Amino acid sequence: MSSSASTDILVANNLNKTYTQRTGRLGLSSNKIKALDNVSLRLRAGSTLAVVGESGSGKSTLARCLLQLLPLDGGEVLFQGQNLAKLSGEALRQERRHLQMIFQDPFASLNPRMNVGDIVGEGLLIHKLGNAAQQREQVVKMLERVGLTAADTKKYPHQFSGGQRQRIGIARALVLEPKVVICDEPVSALDVSIQAQILLLLKSLQQEMSLSYLFISHDLRVVSISRTILP
Amino acid sequence: MTELLRIENLTISPKAEPERLLVNNISFALESGKTTCIVGESGSGKSLTALAVMGLLSDQLRRQSGHVYFKGQDIAQASHEQLRKIRGKQIGMIFQEPMTSLNPVLTVGYQIGESLAVHLDLSGAEIKARVASLLQQVGIAPERANSYPDELSGGQRQRVMIAMSIACEPAMLIADEPTTALDVTVQAQILKLLDELKSRMHMGMLFITHDFGVVADIADNVVVMFRGEIVEAGPVKDVLQNPQHPYTRALLDCVPDADGNKPLKPIDYAWLQAGAA
Ligand SMILES: Nc1ncnc2c1ncn2[C@@H]1O[C@H](COP(=O)(O)OP(=O)(O)OP(=O)(O)O)[C@@H](O)[C@H]1O
Ligand SMILES: Nc1ncnc2c1ncn2[C@@H]1O[C@H](COP(=O)(O)OP(=O)(O)OP(=O)(O)O)[C@@H](O)[C@H]1O
Ligand SMILES: [Mg+2]
Ligand SMILES: [Mg+2]
Repeated sequence: MSSSASTDILVANNLNKTYTQRTGRLGLSSNKIKALDNVSLRLRAGSTLAVVGESGSGKSTLARCLLQLLPLDGGEVLFQGQNLAKLSGEALRQERRHLQMIFQDPFASLNPRMNVGDIVGEGLLIHKLGNAAQQREQVVKMLERVGLTAADTKKYPHQFSGGQRQRIGIARALVLEPKVVICDEPVSALDVSIQAQILLLLKSLQQEMSLSYLFISHDLRVVSISRTILP
Repeated sequence: MTELLRIENLTISPKAEPERLLVNNISFALESGKTTCIVGESGSGKSLTALAVMGLLSDQLRRQSGHVYFKGQDIAQASHEQLRKIRGKQIGMIFQEPMTSLNPVLTVGYQIGESLAVHLDLSGAEIKARVASLLQQVGIAPERANSYPDELSGGQRQRVMIAMSIACEPAMLIADEPTTALDVTVQAQILKLLDELKSRMHMGMLFITHDFGVVADIADNVVVMFRGEIVEAGPVKDVLQNPQHPYTRALLDCVPDADGNKPLKPIDYAWLQAGAA
């Protein structure tokens, strides 16, 4: 590894991931799907790295492996120089706060039994960031920045439209003021006007907090916009 | 041209807050062989309109007034049995969220086959062959029929939904943001597939999208929704090239250009404050 690695906040070296899928009537045979084939990347602190690729090319797999949500078959992920696979319990949880994800599928990633205030505030609670009143205030502030309102904290995910749910997921990730956000198709469910609002929000947060983004998209147009606005 | 769908003065609100009009007195019609695209801001009522046509509004919501006619039949008067026959066979629906309509414990091949088995009289072997062919048509290897939904990527799931919705070659397809997870190449393949059904089967399509490139490609007519209301509707050329309503103009103004050089700006609501609505 080079010595300039100190400015690289997230580094992936030779990631490999193969899924095994059972086939046949009794599931006795199987076929293998290679989703990551020796993938390496470096994300510099405060910058944005775009990952593009066709549907099924392994983008979401990469995101989940970077976050240790999925075990790797090979390779390592270094966050601020630390190998995340070697951390556990409290230490891993500490790092997780700073490594957040906006999921591709906002519906499946929001707990249907929690109200929006609790969903967005859960991370603040887990990481004991501020007292209850401060947490509420943070939650409302972030919801407003993504175009939702204080009244929405009392509602449940199914009461929102597709684009509104995606914005709930965005608020949940950003409210923790993480260092790195892995954005898996963050604006694909949003109409052009809200897309612009969210991309501008990501930009201003990057400037305020020197955030780094790994930006996954199948839409080259969105990527080129994000490149111009998220240099 | 035969009229497939007619929505008349449809109004939807939450049962608990009847004065909140999520969909406010909207009307439009769709003919067979034609495509109407619904565009509009997030939360403007596009998905609720689609769900109302299918008779699938959640029980927290109520259709306060209005009618939905499919081939002249009032959907609200249809029995559960009639509705079940209409759904899938007569009207195919691609939901905005794949996981709400895919069963996580059944393979995707089984689920595509199921709609064929329910509505058509086919042998097991015929169903299997049709499933394989449908998967191929949406760009998924036929052996992935054995996969469970959570073993597929986001875009693959969306394509499974598309395969399910067109399996019985319905007279009308309602597609709610069906290609958001697809890259341009796969998207073009899907749009071509739908276009074939449109010309071959004279299928009518109600297509909800936020992608104006898609609108320009496939729409005959466009309906623009804003805060529960239709603010503008008409032939695609008129709406895109000569928008009348200030919201349509403001929305079109946000469309990014292909090379990403146009500076990004949030939508301009000045016209709302000016009371031009
Ligand atoms: N749990 C799993 N079991 C088997 N195969 C899987 C599993 N998860 C993903 N795959 C396969 O791995 C490949 C990569 O999937 P991934 O979700 O990473 O793609 P993606 O690039 O995010 O695609 P999209 O743009 O459609 O979301 C796909 O072929 C997918 O079907
Ligand atoms: N069960 C519900 N209870 C209360 N309000 C609801 C419910 N379902 C939807 N809504 C509200 O109705 C409005 C219209 O929702 P709809 O899903 O039709 O929006 P949409 O136009 O499809 O938006 P998007 O582009 O974000 O998918 C939204 O403001 C949403 O919050
Ligand atoms: Mg993906
Ligand atoms: Mg919707």
